[in-house]
Amino acid sequence: MTSPAAEMLAARGQWFAAPGPLGEAILSTRVRLARNVRGLRFPPRALPEELEGVLHRVEAAAGQVPMLRGGRFLAMERLSALERQFLLERHLASHDLASDGARRGLCCSADESAALLVNEEDHLRIQALRAGFQLDACFAAATALEDQLESHLEYAFADDFGYLTACPTNVGTGLRASVLIHLPALVLTRRIKKVLSGVAQVGLAVRGFYGEGTDVLGHFFQISNQITLGEKEAQTLLNLERVVHQLLEQEARAREVLLKDAGDQIEDKVRRAHGTLTQAHLLSAEEAIGLASALRLGLTLELEGLPSVSAINDILLHAQPAHLQLRVGQVMDAPARQRARARLVRERLGQSRAA
Amino acid sequence: MKCQSCAQAEATVHIKEVKNEQVTEMHLCEKCAYEKGYRTIVLQDKSSLASQLIWMAESLYPEGTGALGQVRCSHCGLSYSEFVQMGRLGCETCYRDFEKQLKQVLRRIHGSIRHVGKAPGKEGLLFERRRELQKLREDLERAIEREEYERAAGLRDQIRLLEAQGEAEAEPSQSAGREAQA
Repeated sequence: MTSPAAEMLAARGQWFAAPGPLGEAILSTRVRLARNVRGLRFPPRALPEELEGVLHRVEAAAGQVPMLRGGRFLAMERLSALERQFLLERHLASHDLASDGARRGLCCSADESAALLVNEEDHLRIQALRAGFQLDACFAAATALEDQLESHLEYAFADDFGYLTACPTNVGTGLRASVLIHLPALVLTRRIKKVLSGVAQVGLAVRGFYGEGTDVLGHFFQISNQITLGEKEAQTLLNLERVVHQLLEQEARAREVLLKDAGDQIEDKVRRAHGTLTQAHLLSAEEAIGLASALRLGLTLELEGLPSVSAINDILLHAQPAHLQLRVGQVMDAPARQRARARLVRERLGQSRAA
Repeated sequence: MKCQSCAQAEATVHIKEVKNEQVTEMHLCEKCAYEKGYRTIVLQDKSSLASQLIWMAESLYPEGTGALGQVRCSHCGLSYSEFVQMGRLGCETCYRDFEKQLKQVLRRIHGSIRHVGKAPGKEGLLFERRRELQKLREDLERAIEREEYERAAGLRDQIRLLEAQGEAEAEPSQSAGREAQA
């Protein structure tokens, strides 16, 4: 019997298969709605049987919800640490869900674009993912899933405070919209700090690759809203959209400066990155992400002979530790992973060149 | 600043803890903070929230958080000082029982204390209730046919209760008036 994670690894046609709108700069868009089931204590204070009840109710409801038809339900406690890490790498589980699986669950559609995270900090996190920049499509999908679920569950809601959540930072709309954006030229021209502090000033949060509390890797930044109370959903999305467009403009300007002042050095950096990826015998995850980041920069500078955005995204996904180990089918120590990662990247880039 | 615990990594988590009216400060790296049990703060990057809550508590009650900290939620029993420590509420009732303090916290976080977005569709609820009522009425009919009168009486009570709930919810909600008092 194959594990659900191994099946997901082999699946085709997921939401990230093609780059999506503005895909050269923006990897993905995500919308999450935090909801709790009326009448029950929130997960951090709930009794074990209450959490089990929620898990079973959501599992039963998910079987009848059209958007999740043909998808999967995963009881987190039945998964290995490696499989939970795999879901984290795929943006389907949060750190919290991946680190402690007890009485927690995940439902997702076959293409993984729609998901329910069960018994994390709130009973439900309703999630929609899209490739590239697609805020409205994500919000529409998350809201549709929420509505479909609502004929099976009642949400905790108060007229004055809105949807009630365990953490007061999410109360109101419970909406967290985020965009994973690549800003290498702003980093290289040392303007990123100033630009991002401007983003923080308009009430948005900046985080690392995997969301809250993570390091910034490979010049990828996650920009998300923080305000959920006293602001309509459409306004929240509009604010985020405006800021993302401003970031893209600033990145484009920084790119021009780079080309003008240091064109040769930048091209050298990109070519060396490409050379390392196609020749290295050992690659750490951080190095692979950093080098893939340089290749993406090369593409935006319109350098010839580089792998496509799709090929680079493919590396970013599959070179991650849990993806790598599930592909090989065994748990590996760090040196073995570095060898396997380098081999995978060589093979993938070789294929994309031949194609 | 180096982490107070391991003295190696940079201290990035700054914790102010209020216990028995004593404020203690700690400066830790993420790893040590996690190991010392400040999981949610480290993982959720909500240290700013926690410090805001403590700031609120201190500025409201400069003599100490004692009295305020001991206020407990009437439903789940969470105390306000536990909330300040964890940064998480326990249940829907916490929002009512800590309403006065929460409003100031919410104003600081969101710049507002009033939800203006989407509300749950009553469609779904009505649908659910209609379906449940339908099922109960069918059960009632069957019980009468089989002359199970005790069971039938119980079912009739359940049906009346559900119907009454439906009417009560058609009235404007009670919480709408709370804002004016505050």
